Formats: sequence, C-alpha cells, structure tokens
Amino acid sequence: MELDSLYQEIILDHYKHPRGKGLLELPQGSAHHVNPTCGDEITVQVSTNAEGGLEIGYEGQGCSISQASASVLTELLTGSSVDQSQTVREAFIELMHAQGQGEPDEDVLGDAVAFAGVAKFPARVKCALLAWMALQDAEIKAGMLSKGDGS
Amino acid sequence: MFDVQAVKADFPILATTVHGGQKLVYLDSGATSQKPRQVLDAERDYYEQSNAAVHRGAHALAEAATSAFEHARARIAQFVGAQAPDLIFTKNATEGLNLSAYAFSNATAIAQWDEAIVDPRFVLKPGDSVVVTEMEHHSNLVPWQELCRKTGATLRWIPLTEDGRLDLSHLSSIIDETTRVVSVVHQSNILGTINPVREIMDQAHAVGAIGVVDACQSIPHMPVNVDALGADLLAWSGHKMLGPTGIGCLWGTPDVLSSMPPVLSGGSMIELVQMESSTYAPPPQRFEAGTPVVAQAVALSAAVDYLQALGMREVQSHEQALTEYALKGLNDLDGVRVIGPDTIVDRGSAISFVVDSLHPHDVGQVLDSRGVAVRVGHHCAWPTCRRFGVPSTTRMSPYIYNDESDIDAALEGIVAAQKYFGVK
Ligand SMILES: Cc1ncc(COP(=O)(O)O)c(C=O)c1O
Repeated sequence: MELDSLYQEIILDHYKHPRGKGLLELPQGSAHHVNPTCGDEITVQVSTNAEGGLEIGYEGQGCSISQASASVLTELLTGSSVDQSQTVREAFIELMHAQGQGEPDEDVLGDAVAFAGVAKFPARVKCALLAWMALQDAEIKAGMLSKGDGS
Repeated sequence: MFDVQAVKADFPILATTVHGGQKLVYLDSGATSQKPRQVLDAERDYYEQSNAAVHRGAHALAEAATSAFEHARARIAQFVGAQAPDLIFTKNATEGLNLSAYAFSNATAIAQWDEAIVDPRFVLKPGDSVVVTEMEHHSNLVPWQELCRKTGATLRWIPLTEDGRLDLSHLSSIIDETTRVVSVVHQSNILGTINPVREIMDQAHAVGAIGVVDACQSIPHMPVNVDALGADLLAWSGHKMLGPTGIGCLWGTPDVLSSMPPVLSGGSMIELVQMESSTYAPPPQRFEAGTPVVAQAVALSAAVDYLQALGMREVQSHEQALTEYALKGLNDLDGVRVIGPDTIVDRGSAISFVVDSLHPHDVGQVLDSRGVAVRVGHHCAWPTCRRFGVPSTTRMSPYIYNDESDIDAALEGIVAAQKYFGVK
C-alpha cells in the first residue's frame, strides 16, 4: 500500500509546522468536535473582520491528517468570505467522498488538494473532515450561516 | 506442548494477504478473534443437517435443533464451571451488561406501582450508589450511568494507580452500605490488568450489593470458574473467543436470575399468556425472548471445544510468554511507553502503548501498510485514556495463533513509523 499517497509532503509539513494554531481573542462562534472512534478533538473559532473576511482560530489534538487539515483550512480560508468558505468546504467534502477518483481544482482548494489521497483510506476521511465540519458549525453558531446552509 | 504453527494452520484467514501481497499479522484479537475451521464447520453442519426452530414444533429437525442448542448451552456452561439453566444467550457482552442494569431499572419502575412483586435488592433510589472502576469498557460504564440517571442513584468508581492497577486502598469507603450493585471488569481490554475480582465481590456481598463481572477479556484467555470469582452475574462475548459474532453469554446465580424481571419480552419467554397479563418462563428462557441464537450457540460450543483441547492453562501461559516478549521489546524501543502494568504479574495480553510525537492513528497506518493489524484509538475506554493523560493508544493483543515473529513485525513497524515521520 502506498503510504506516500496518504502522507503527502504538504500534509506532513503542515502537521509538523501548523499554521495559525491558537484560539481567537474574541470569537463570534466556536465549535468543539470530536471523532468518537479515536478520541481526536478540535475546537475551531471564527469571527469576521471589518471587511467581512474570516478570522479563524483552532486548538486540537489528533493525528497528522486531522491536524494538518486544520492547519491547511486555516491558511486557506483566513480572510475569505463566508460564502467562499462554503464553496471551498463543499469542494473539499466532495473530494473526500470521491474514493480517490476526484480531480481536485487547485484554484479552489489550494494546499487542500494534497488530501486527495486520503479519500482512498475510508478510516481517515473522518480525520480530514474534522476541522472542516467544526468550522461549519462555528459559522452557524456565529450566525454567519443558517443550519440549512450546511453541506 | 503448545504448537502455534498447528494452531495457525486451523485459521484460514491467517493465510490471506492484505494490501496486495503483504502477509497478514493479526494482532487485534482483543477487538475480535479469528475463527478456526472447526468453528466454521460446526455452524455450516448445523445449517446443513439440523436447522429448524427450537423449543417448538414436533418434527425430527425441530428436535435435532433443540438438542443441538441445549447441548451447546450445557457445553459452554461447563467450560466456566456453571450449570446450563444459569446461562443466558445474548447478542454480546454489551447486551448481557445492559440486561443486568435494566433488571434494576425495570424493578425500580415496577416497584412504583407494586412493591410486593419485585425483589427489593433490585430497587434503587436517590442516595443509593452503583460502583464501577476507572478502567471499564464503555459497555460496562454507560449502562450503569443510565441506571443512575433513571433512579437518582450515584455512580462511584474505584480509581487507578499509576501502573494501571485498581487502587483498592479505600475500597470499603467506595463500596459501603449505600451500594446496591458493583460491576467490574475482570481483565481490562486497554491496560491488560487482571483485577482481584474475588476481593471486590466479597466486599460487595458484605454490604448486600449485587456483584457483576465483565469477563469479556478473561474467559477467552485464561481458566475462569464462576464459583471462584464469586460474582452474581458474569457477561462475555463469543466473538472474542473464536466463536461467531452475534452471540454472548450472561451467567447468573439461580437466586439472582430468578429475581430479575425480564428485559425483552414477547415470544419464547412466557409461561402463560392472557389478554390482561402474562407470566414468564423461568431462566434462562425468561431472558431469551424471540427466536434465539441457535447456529451461533452451536458454533460457540465448537469454539469452547477447540479452546479446551488446547487447555486454558496452556493458552494463558502461551499468551504470558508473548506478553513478556512484547513488553520487553516495547521497553527496549526509544520513545515508546507502555500504558498499563509493566510486568506479566496479573496481566493479560492486551498491550497498549504510546509513541512519543506520534499519534496512534499514524502508527497504526504505518503498521497496516506492512500487513500488521493493531487497534488504535481509545478502545471504548475513554475515561481510562484520560486518566493516563493520553487521547488514545495503539494496542496489540496477541492470541493463541500469534508467535514471536508477529510481535517482531509490530516492533519493526513501530520503528518504521518513527523513521517515516522523522521523530527518530
Ligand atoms: C472488557 C470489554 N467489555 C465489553 C466489551 C463489549 O463487547 P461486545 O462489543 O462484544 O459487546 C468488550 C469488547 O470490546 C471488552 O473488551
């Protein structure tokens, strides 16, 4: 089995050097998600700045995939609008459910394309999605999204 | 002499490969064991030669099926030194433990309307306490939390020492006159610890409490005799002891079983049914509503035959030797820490460990890529993980078909994971 297709360089780099890790001073919404099968946990927080761009903070403990995913998400979506974050999230979820057959759009997903290989490891898809689902929940709690907007 | 290679040859799945040609090294028997050909054959033979509804119908096959089923019950009971009528078939250990907890909540509910018809030992009220340990599988924790939620009783637990054993220094203040039920795990599925169950059951009985034991990880691995343990109720699963999925056992003393209200009700568990109300069959039928697990019982009985032919003492010493070997191997690795007792004294073969700077999921992934199957996560013992300050662990749990080369494969895989992630 190709371990390298799961653990792309970019993923390992984000795991070892997480970007933007830490909580926000004044979050508008915050969500704590756990992966009940392995006990991984993440807290994702959001607020918007004066221009409507997202500020994202997170804290968590977990495997390389879940932690790298949180780091990639934070780097990718900080400063983007809530709508943009929704579009990127939908693209990421679609990629995770593509069983390794997905053709990710790098313009939309940036470094997150590196997770394409994760979709071939069903047990790890949940790890990759953990922070993304927590972000969605935090946006809902902040009143940026309504529940029905969830993907 | 215990011949591992001969044992291995009885398990067809152990000859398969994974991930395109990797030899399978199965070290996850704590989660579920593999099944020998003898067990698979017994289940097939039953379906090919005896299958019919049991305890009803008056034809040849119905008799053959009933006889196979009840023989299986007697055989499995004998394996743990019990009598057949005291052995209830369940779906798994989780169901047996729930059946025990529900006996209390059902009796408590019935007592609201008619105190005279329930055994007061099963009726709980605020101020009463229920005692478990800090190393319980969720299946022996959550049902008791639920019981407390329904009755207002308080949950207490016996804490753990740093080396993963029960801290019994305050036992008599934890199990006191408020205590109505004590439920403890015999062998921990995460730490491997074998607990002094007899001492705890004696303390429970001294205060008039009912004693329950989760024997899921002990009965597959060592000789267990229900009288010696001193419990009132004992639950375990078939699938961890070479048997099929879908069957477990709950043993109880005749005194306690006959005092417990049923949980599932309906067909097969009745004595007399009228429109207004019904009376119930004696145990074990009272607790086996609906069509029972017949083929599974026959196969589990074959599993018991298989284990008894090996000898449970031999099974235990084989596992102890492997555990000693694995503990030494893990302790010799840099950056690896065993969670649980460090010696084989009162310890079974569930061996949890953490690797510095590496998450168990990643360790497990690298091992899997080399064909080595281990369990990662909290092992359904989340509070135990918290107690030891780790979110999860990697666990190897060898069994009768494993040898030192399997442990070596796991140890080499750990080093490979450290190299892969550059933490060494
Ligand atoms: C100690 C212990 N108790 C209970 C259980 C639950 O067993 P089952 O899932 O077969 O009901 C397990 C299985 O993982 C266990 O190891």
